[in-house]
Amino acid sequence: MQPIISVRGVVNRFGTQVVHDGVEFDVYAGEVLGIVGGSGAGKSVLLRTMLGLRKPDAGTVAIAGKELTRMSDAELAAVKRSYGVSFQHGALFSALTVAENVQLAMRENFNLDEATLQALTELRLRMVGLPVDAGQKLPSQLSGGMIKRAGLARALALDPGILFLDEPTSGLDPISAAAFDDLVLYLQKSLKLTVVMITHDLDTIMTTCDRVAVLVDHKIIIDTLDGIMQNPHPWIHEYFHGPRSRAVRTSSQRNRTPKE
Amino acid sequence: MLLNVDRTADGLALALSGDWSIDRIAEIERSLSELDDAAPRAIRVDCSKLGALDLSAVWLLRKRLQRWADAGARIDFLGKRPAHFDFIDEFTKEAEPTPQAVEIPARWAAFLAAFGRFWVQQKERAYLAADYYGRVLMTGAQTLRHPKRLRLPSIARHIYETGIQAVPIVALIAFLITLVIAYIGAQQLKRFGAEIFTVDLVTVGVLREMGVLLTAIIVAGRSGSAFAAEIGVMQLNDEVDALKAMGINPYEALVLPRVIGLVIALPLLTILADAMGLMGGALLCQWLLDVSFPQFVARMQDALAPTTFWAGFIKAPAFAFLIAMTGTYRGMQVRDSSRELGRLTTVAVVQSIFLVILANAVFAIIYLEIDF
Repeated sequence: MQPIISVRGVVNRFGTQVVHDGVEFDVYAGEVLGIVGGSGAGKSVLLRTMLGLRKPDAGTVAIAGKELTRMSDAELAAVKRSYGVSFQHGALFSALTVAENVQLAMRENFNLDEATLQALTELRLRMVGLPVDAGQKLPSQLSGGMIKRAGLARALALDPGILFLDEPTSGLDPISAAAFDDLVLYLQKSLKLTVVMITHDLDTIMTTCDRVAVLVDHKIIIDTLDGIMQNPHPWIHEYFHGPRSRAVRTSSQRNRTPKE
Repeated sequence: MLLNVDRTADGLALALSGDWSIDRIAEIERSLSELDDAAPRAIRVDCSKLGALDLSAVWLLRKRLQRWADAGARIDFLGKRPAHFDFIDEFTKEAEPTPQAVEIPARWAAFLAAFGRFWVQQKERAYLAADYYGRVLMTGAQTLRHPKRLRLPSIARHIYETGIQAVPIVALIAFLITLVIAYIGAQQLKRFGAEIFTVDLVTVGVLREMGVLLTAIIVAGRSGSAFAAEIGVMQLNDEVDALKAMGINPYEALVLPRVIGLVIALPLLTILADAMGLMGGALLCQWLLDVSFPQFVARMQDALAPTTFWAGFIKAPAFAFLIAMTGTYRGMQVRDSSRELGRLTTVAVVQSIFLVILANAVFAIIYLEIDF
């Protein structure tokens, strides 16, 4: 199967500090890939590299077979339109209302009349479960959960095939986090999206991810969810079998619906 | 060609073709809006020749079909209905509550309401500002009674940041402005053969007005904005609340050192600006009027009254107080969003400059009355 994103031999350094040393993995179309790693392991740097926002010191990143590192700016802009990103703290433009945030990319790329823009904005807001009148609010007037949803609505503005999520459930209460996981899964299944998410939330990993990539020792260890849990690497073992993960695992195995 | 419309016996047959995706969304919208609004009895939608189909296109198509369906048309799909329809059906199951119509008041009523709201807001603002000044003065009075609570390291830091770091810019600007004023003065006075009075113009002008006013305006731009931004960021990070939670009075820890620091630094900067201004004047008189330095000093001593320097100098602490109070007040007002931070920083600078100029006018009137 042809991977939709492939990362080959990526090296990232800051001065003498090596963050990534030969990171390699593939993302396949239609899967949900979780990226985990300790604090400071370079998850966000890896995400920025995959997005083409940061040029790696060595190695290549290809999206849909095209190498980001060797592209002209115009080609890169076209690739950037094919994915949506939801940032860790929402990164909503604070001077714009939620509706304007969602519309921004559409206004930049297409010549649309107001009524169509309104209609498409309504679609984005409703598909992420926001009430339409939330569109008139400023980001500072939203709760944490609504900011995450608004960020997701903005990420989905151009009907992307790939969705990058940076810590989508951090800072949410367990009920909102579970609802957000369900939403992501639901959108992913219905729209056949490929989702790459950075997360620390074991619940999210257990319920949504098909495969898990772990950043340890400046490299990636990638496996299916069940496979990674059997991995003998001490950090990974501690991560999935430590005191905080045991309760999650038992409860989610009880509730987990078999994947089709 | 995205949409092909055929009339059938009892209605319309829509044949979709090509890519119905967001890249061509404007075309899609156009071809949908060209369709007749009058509802036919039956509509058949043929999706078999479609290339791509994405959610945005389905949403617009569905809205269009919905309007016909509401008007009583029967809608059939040739073959399977695209899956995106089911997805949209799913999340639109719960109908949006229709927004309640807002009653728009009559024009005169709206005007009256805006007028009234303005004055109520003004009253509230005046109250808040008075409250702030009161709190800071009370805190100041308490702290002076227990001088141990005066935060000397903090005050020293603010003297350094607002005073010493501003030395180059204040010196340069005072020098350049006086140069220009002396030049214009000399040119005008030459016509009366009274160019020696340029010295009077420069010395009285600089010492009474220009030195302190220029310094205050520069400092308002530099430090008024810095105060507002520093305290505003602390507000956004909940640092001010953290101080309060530790039982530390933020007025004592944040506001007072800045006010005291600036009240000390600004008069010192004023002396520097006065000196640099006089130097500029002396230099220009030497170049342009052949007034040597000893002559300049002698003439200056004739021109000056004993009060000239003090009339300018005692304004400095008052200006410093206004600038520091405005900057810290606006910083403390920042709430919730970084947008507020930018807005209030601007307000702090504009308002402190305005207050400085206003206070200067008040001083001028008082001096006139008491013949200072």
